[in-house]
Amino acid sequence: MSIFVNKNTKVLVQGITGNEGSFHTRQCLAYGTRIVAGVTPGKGGQKMDGIPVFNTVATAVKETGADASLIFVPPPFGADAVMEAADAGVSLIVAITEGIPIMDMVKVKQFLSTRSCRLIGPNCPGIITPEECKIGIMPGMIHKKGHVGVVSRSGTLTYEVVDQLTKEGLGQSTCIGIGGDPVNGTNFIDVLSAFEADPETHGMVMVGEIGGSAEEEAAAYIQAQVTKPVVGFIAGLTAPPGRRMGHAGAIISGSSGTGEAKIKAFKENGIHVCENLGRIGRICKEIF
Amino acid sequence: MKIHEYQAKQLFAQYQVPVPDGRPAFTVSEAVTAAGELGGYPVVVKAQIHAGGRGKGGGVKLAHSAEEVEALAGQMLGMTLKTHQTGPEGRIVKKLFIEAGQKIEKELYLSLLMDRATATVVIMASRDGGMDIEEVAAKTPERIIKVHVDPLMGIQGYQLRQVGFDLELPKAAMKGFSSLLSNLYRFFVANDCSLVEINPLILTADDQVMALDAKVDFDSNALFRHKDLLALRDLDEEDPMEVEASTYNLNYINLDGNVGNIVNGAGLAMATMDIIKNAGASPANFMDVGGGASAEQVENAFRIILADPKVKAVLINIFGGILRCDVFAKGVVEAAKKTGVTVPVVVRMEGTNVAEGRQILADSDLNLTSASDLADAAQKIAAAVN
Repeated sequence: MSIFVNKNTKVLVQGITGNEGSFHTRQCLAYGTRIVAGVTPGKGGQKMDGIPVFNTVATAVKETGADASLIFVPPPFGADAVMEAADAGVSLIVAITEGIPIMDMVKVKQFLSTRSCRLIGPNCPGIITPEECKIGIMPGMIHKKGHVGVVSRSGTLTYEVVDQLTKEGLGQSTCIGIGGDPVNGTNFIDVLSAFEADPETHGMVMVGEIGGSAEEEAAAYIQAQVTKPVVGFIAGLTAPPGRRMGHAGAIISGSSGTGEAKIKAFKENGIHVCENLGRIGRICKEIF
Repeated sequence: MKIHEYQAKQLFAQYQVPVPDGRPAFTVSEAVTAAGELGGYPVVVKAQIHAGGRGKGGGVKLAHSAEEVEALAGQMLGMTLKTHQTGPEGRIVKKLFIEAGQKIEKELYLSLLMDRATATVVIMASRDGGMDIEEVAAKTPERIIKVHVDPLMGIQGYQLRQVGFDLELPKAAMKGFSSLLSNLYRFFVANDCSLVEINPLILTADDQVMALDAKVDFDSNALFRHKDLLALRDLDEEDPMEVEASTYNLNYINLDGNVGNIVNGAGLAMATMDIIKNAGASPANFMDVGGGASAEQVENAFRIILADPKVKAVLINIFGGILRCDVFAKGVVEAAKKTGVTVPVVVRMEGTNVAEGRQILADSDLNLTSASDLADAAQKIAAAVN
């Protein structure tokens, strides 16, 4: 078992003919993901590596029965792509695109609240259920099937964590990057509750960073609802206030969003805090 | 992207948000001329820098005559203004704003910002204007008015009334306030702002409301659809190294430590800074070359870090995913050849094509220390600077 995706998930790629889209489509295919369709407006009827390309998501879904979408379109069109997928009935939307304006995302968020679909991202590495399905840009080879659920706001930082887990012999049930933007689709709590309900997930790693209050809210949720062990890490303790640390959402505004407050919330709510990233694999080995 | 108060007020005026009459001035004589055009004294001479707390730092002063304007402008232009937001090094004042003095009946607070948790625009207001709003929120949260606006619906009449009544405005000021807030919301949405703050918003003796200060921050991700706003960027307010890095699409922030670092990915870059600190050293920067950096970008990143005189050692931490380790190694070697490396460099690489990457570095004759993992890298970098 796993959460949100498995070997039966049928994926379409929006922006499949672009540089990034075609490169990562091939990587996902090589990993074993069932990519059934691509969408690039104006290129309907073409094929990419044998995958049929459609003009619209609605047609792609109708023709292929795709139930998940992977989005690589440029930021000005990112919000539109998410809404197109949602309207076409895709149940899982993974938006890799970095740089979508926040005003677009708040509108998308309200729009999605009236649809029954899940958005992961934007500005995220995607989701992977090791040895079954990879919908995203993460390096597949560092992952291993197992029982640790990983959820993170970051990309490469997640790879670092997963790599250490795998080297310690700890495989993963599902790994999800929820994205580094201030407004995103799926949040920590959505993922934590799914891991809690998944019998194959025995423990969780939660990787947060400065900015906002999602980690604090997740910590309170864990205290109240999660029975499985959780290891937490926060990046950005040395970040100066008022500066955007690469991710649009990684910013300390006044006194809110500091790393110290997040670590305090973790500790107060029974989360095992890892204070040194170099040791997160070993800490998980001891706890799980 | 931040802009100056005088620029924000010019934009406010275009959206019918009332502001006092004022003129920017870049020289003493321009300041005197501007004051003369305002139709009487006193006028306010305001230093224009991208930081709050200017009043307390001596950057906002009242002048009662042309001679006083001349003297104050002479003092302020070129001075280093230090506030709680500039850091100890302060900012050099290069621009002034000369504004007509106002008869203030009451000082209020009004701001609009994006609320991450609810994905709405939130209006914050308070009767305690002119003060540090975080302090008000911490000590007397009941004195903060908060109204959430659904971005699909826009601001509604009842919301305008709610804020106005909660601010306990006199009846005669209510219509003017509703119009101000409604126009301010229109400005916020039309220009993709992430923050608009007016502190203080003033109520005058004749029941007018107007913005006495103006702080505006735009969502950098949305600037592609606001080419006109790009002209408002003031490079004088930015670190020259950060400006250079931004031209190569590198996420770089200059800090005050002595360990330079280059990392791919923002989260890992932050964590790497933390590791440097944990090991007893201090990061000189934040540098995220991005997930899919080219050899040329890496070369520029390395060159920028090496050009920083406070850097005594460099830690390179790469987890190759999209960015392959061999591509990265080539960039490092090219930059080192061109710039010359005079400080110790510790390299930790993992991920895609790591063997090829390590080979390129080994074959390069560069004096690099390789680290087996993060813990090892932290120890080696601390040993190099301590």
